[in-house]
Amino acid sequence: MAGIPHDHYEPKSGAEKWLHKRLPIVALAYDTLMIPTPKNLNWMWIWGIVLTFCLVVQIVTGIVLVMHYTPHADMAFASVEHIMRNVNGGYMLRYIHANGASLFFVAVYLHIFRGLYYGSYKAPREVTWIIGMLIYLAMMATAFMGYVLPWGQMSFWGATVITGLFGAIPGIGAPIQEWLLGGPAVDNATLNRFFSLHYLLPFVIAALVAVHIWAFHTTGNNNPTGVEVRRTSKAEADKDTLPFWPYFVMKDLFALSVIFLVFFAIVGFMPNYLGHPDNYIEANALVTPAHIVPEWYFLPFYAILRAFTADVWVVQLVQFVTFGIIDAKFFGVLAMFGAIAVMALAPWLDTSSVRSGKYRPMFKWWFALLAVDFIVLMWVGAMPTDGIYPYISLVASTYWFAYFLVLLPLLGVIEKPLAQPATIEEDFKAHYGNPAE
Amino acid sequence: MIRKLTLSALTALTLSTGGALAAAGESHIEDFAFSFEGPFGTFDQMQLQRGLQIYTEVCAACHGLKFVPVRTLSDDGGPALPQDQVRAYAAELASVPLPDGEERPRESSDHFPGSNLSNAPDLSLMAKARAGFHGPYGLGINQFFRGIGGPEYIASLLTGYTGEEKEEAGSTFYANTAFPGGWIAMAPPMSDGQVEFLDGHANDVHIMAQDVSAFLMWTAEPKMMARKQAGLTAVIFLTVLSVLLYLTNKRIWAGVKGKKHA
Repeated sequence: MAGIPHDHYEPKSGAEKWLHKRLPIVALAYDTLMIPTPKNLNWMWIWGIVLTFCLVVQIVTGIVLVMHYTPHADMAFASVEHIMRNVNGGYMLRYIHANGASLFFVAVYLHIFRGLYYGSYKAPREVTWIIGMLIYLAMMATAFMGYVLPWGQMSFWGATVITGLFGAIPGIGAPIQEWLLGGPAVDNATLNRFFSLHYLLPFVIAALVAVHIWAFHTTGNNNPTGVEVRRTSKAEADKDTLPFWPYFVMKDLFALSVIFLVFFAIVGFMPNYLGHPDNYIEANALVTPAHIVPEWYFLPFYAILRAFTADVWVVQLVQFVTFGIIDAKFFGVLAMFGAIAVMALAPWLDTSSVRSGKYRPMFKWWFALLAVDFIVLMWVGAMPTDGIYPYISLVASTYWFAYFLVLLPLLGVIEKPLAQPATIEEDFKAHYGNPAE
Repeated sequence: MIRKLTLSALTALTLSTGGALAAAGESHIEDFAFSFEGPFGTFDQMQLQRGLQIYTEVCAACHGLKFVPVRTLSDDGGPALPQDQVRAYAAELASVPLPDGEERPRESSDHFPGSNLSNAPDLSLMAKARAGFHGPYGLGINQFFRGIGGPEYIASLLTGYTGEEKEEAGSTFYANTAFPGGWIAMAPPMSDGQVEFLDGHANDVHIMAQDVSAFLMWTAEPKMMARKQAGLTAVIFLTVLSVLLYLTNKRIWAGVKGKKHA
């Protein structure tokens, strides 16, 4: 794999040879674990492992939670309380699962922004990037449906608002919304199908993760310099890389341990920090909460959804041109999905021949602004829609699109990149010198 | 990541000691000091028992605790009453209606009865369903030390009556400084000296409000002490593991890395 020359598994004993001829599974495990990895990877390259662990933790805790949970509109809320009060360790399982979703998204956002800064999406890693985006979409769907299951007030009204987005599609919107809900409004049928899909999608994610890993094991990892590993000979490749085991396994395990330390402090000491108090009130179709707020990890895109109101001239223009088919509501939905779509298209929008942001003096600043923009969107997504907030959302949303659609294509043309190191080895030596004698 | 978290923890610490009630919004939430705040806070068993007595004599007239099994009153980390007392307590509660129209006495394996009035909300989870604190800057990070302020909200509500009343559409509303909107349908439920404790504990409204709020925090989060213990164990274990992995990692890389230049 990886096209990087390295040692391969050689079956030695008779039994090993016997198995290898029939199923080269040991070779696969060996090649995966011993894959040559650029030795200059920094601490932003740990999030992939963190994400894999998150998926495992969510699946394991989720499977046990399902053993005690009842997916019925009349019993779901009480069954969650049953888990919290009567199931041995149930409170830990549920708090780990609920906060695990947040850790999952912290990690995925850092993972994505790492990719955006170091140009990990660029050729030849476009497929890895696209699969990553699919994983991210599946994660959002899973998290959203999982949040509905406790059947609290925010579960119910969040489901009502988000499925309402599909209702904004002209013509076919209403039937689609009804099809998603299994009826005219959020009810038992909705809870049941969300439960079913919430159980299914993590396994789809697991399969996509395998393909994601397969893809970047084929191209080799990107690295902070964006300079490719030398592949002409094994001797040269060895100077740029180290085997994944034990060097990166140990590094990742150390990072994982520190991250879980923080995670368990949150689970143990403030497990409801990231939740909404209203979700401890049982779902009630007759009482609408004062503020319906999505989970924090949806806020940036929720802000983009709300930013394009009917008094924005672009919205008015589009509405006029499309004879009213695309109204403000539908425009908002398109903008929200578009915000993710432009990110997915980054490999083709970025015209720069230089991969890593480290050597792109102008890009660096615009990228930093994008990171700030993301935080601003997250903050403004939780704010009310009056006063100065709509203006802030509009400016921040516009920058999001401008970054991908204008700046990425433009910067590659006008920017004069800095000199890149010739090899990874050179970069590594510049930082760490020769090994201690 | 770690640096950021330390920073926010420090910010939270400064701000929570500085402007205690800066972000409470229009309703006034008093910052009661509860024994269970912070990572090492624990329930005060005697306070929970007094709270149970106040709940039983005052709140239970209208409100319910339908998610709370009566038997958990004898659990560790709660009021921890002796089991025979819990059985006797259960028998005193409203009987359980059976499908055939008959009734049977309530047992400790049953839950508390639900609310008697349709507009009196169930109190099982009230302490987690209300947020008194949102700071600093709406980030809520100070809840690491003070909680989300649910029990503070309940206690503030119970002590927040101004004495003003108004009639509206045939109902009476009472002015309350903690209730959002300022007018609540619940009449002031407690008066000084209303509940008498066997040990002669102080029983003015302010103290009773605090005791019953502590009890309702327990009904909302009965496993809080076990949870904090598990959290602490995990943190200690992971700290040791992190140190060991750090040293292992350093040693493994020592053969590859020299002294760091930049």
